[in-house]
Amino acid sequence: MNLIECRDLKRTYRKGKRIVEAVKGVTFSVKAGEIVGFLGPNGAGKTTTQRMLVTLLEPTGGEAEVAGHDLRREPQEVRRRIGYVAQRGSANPKATVLEDLVLQGRLYGMGPADAAARALDLCQRLDLKGLGERHTETLSGGQRRRLDIAMGLIHSPKLVFLDEPSTGLDPQSRANLWTHIRDLRQREGATLFLTTHYLDEADALCDRILILDAGRIVAEGSPAELKARIAGDLVTLQLGGAEEAGRAADRLRGLEGVRDASVFESQARITVDRGDQRVLPLMKALGEAGMDVQSVQVSRPSLDDVFLTLTGRTLRDAQEAA
Amino acid sequence: MLSQTWLIFRQQLRLSLREPVWYIIGLIQPLIYLCLFAPLLRPLAGGPGFPPGSALQVFVPGLVVQMGMFGTLFVGFALMADMRAGVIERLRVTPASRLALLLGRVGKDVLMLTLQSALLLSVATAMGLRASPLAWVLLLGLVALLGVSLASLSYAAALTLKSEDALAQMLNTVSVPAMLLSGILLPMTLAPKWLQGLARANPFSYVVDAARAAMGSMVIASTLWLGIGVALGLAVVGLWAGKRTFERESA
Repeated sequence: MNLIECRDLKRTYRKGKRIVEAVKGVTFSVKAGEIVGFLGPNGAGKTTTQRMLVTLLEPTGGEAEVAGHDLRREPQEVRRRIGYVAQRGSANPKATVLEDLVLQGRLYGMGPADAAARALDLCQRLDLKGLGERHTETLSGGQRRRLDIAMGLIHSPKLVFLDEPSTGLDPQSRANLWTHIRDLRQREGATLFLTTHYLDEADALCDRILILDAGRIVAEGSPAELKARIAGDLVTLQLGGAEEAGRAADRLRGLEGVRDASVFESQARITVDRGDQRVLPLMKALGEAGMDVQSVQVSRPSLDDVFLTLTGRTLRDAQEAA
Repeated sequence: MLSQTWLIFRQQLRLSLREPVWYIIGLIQPLIYLCLFAPLLRPLAGGPGFPPGSALQVFVPGLVVQMGMFGTLFVGFALMADMRAGVIERLRVTPASRLALLLGRVGKDVLMLTLQSALLLSVATAMGLRASPLAWVLLLGLVALLGVSLASLSYAAALTLKSEDALAQMLNTVSVPAMLLSGILLPMTLAPKWLQGLARANPFSYVVDAARAAMGSMVIASTLWLGIGVALGLAVVGLWAGKRTFERESA
């Protein structure tokens, strides 16, 4: 069963005289039990798409079914069945943890006793035990993030949306948060749809990744499948300059075992079938051509390489440009 | 919808009562007016152009309306803070009725305003204001209706403008002429004809006139009914605008 089914979903808005296409038509589906992530730089349209799916923004084109109900015609039914953990947080600074959780549960139609019991249970599970009477403004960043998650889970939704779950957290809190997120599927049976601009986060959490760039899905697959797209290993050769790197790439293209050769700044990036076996012949060929290699690196492809191969930019560059 | 309104109302009230000092501060300014400005009117009472009744009977209703206007016009700032914290978005993804999210807040604002007004009236009574129980009820009712209208409009403006600076500019631009043209401090009967004409275009002036009529300084039933009608109308318009804004997607 598909919990998300969207076809050609679009969102455009007017900025002065310009029409900005934030989301240019995305089509994908998410099956029950999956953890699926949108990966892409800021401004790629991840959050906008997610905000449409959780009924906060009306699509300007296309259609979607979320948790079995049409997004446009039955937003109320969609709201009942989904949880949303926004990027910016959601706790009322002056309220206590339990007050906020219980209010949220009651707005979903839970009775006072049910909401209170569920709030306590979630506090326990998300390491917020004993913090129930604290004002949320006194919580640490990691605690507040877990409270946001508890808030999105209070009504036991089958489908949970998380927007940039670990942004702004220190490495230790991030790892801890990931454990909790993986736990959601196991213990709650929840299907998760998240956005992230962190490759390691997508790699650590997602069964399937949709790579989004400039409002379009440019690739889709499991982390392993996406890495296999740029089949083989990557040999990165550092040369004296961009021109020299270009000549090196030209020289090596067509050698045995070389699948692709590209240039990034002053690096020649050579995709080969077996990195460990091909490095020496590559070096030898360049040596014969009189080219000086400053350093060599052999690596298994990362999602960053996938992004680079697909879009011609590194995720970090895309991030800075956004 | 009613139970959701009640939930939001209770939460808002609980949060407000955690810092009651702001409501006391809200009372200080009207009390200063009462002590330092009202005595100036005493020699004018009964004079030409001044409405019938004692100085306090003329001045206090205006003062209560003024507190109602300024106490509720600025509630949008609290909503803005909640928007920044992500609270509003979190409420909007629940199936709760959008009208309930608005009414719960407005309900709290109106309750606090009514309590403040009652306190102000008590102080004025201690200073010599004579007002019947019916006058109290009418005056508090008028202020409550005004509160419903202005609190809703303030929330609608906050949701639409999404910026504290823009909201402050707008409220100042609207509230100062609205106050001056409603005869809050001095009755418009003292004004030259052209100014009275302008005041007639200002709905708040009818509410102030009705408040004075309720206090018995102008025993004109039609003024009272007209003012109640205008206040009701303002409340309906405010609620309608607020509801629409809360329901609109960009809010």
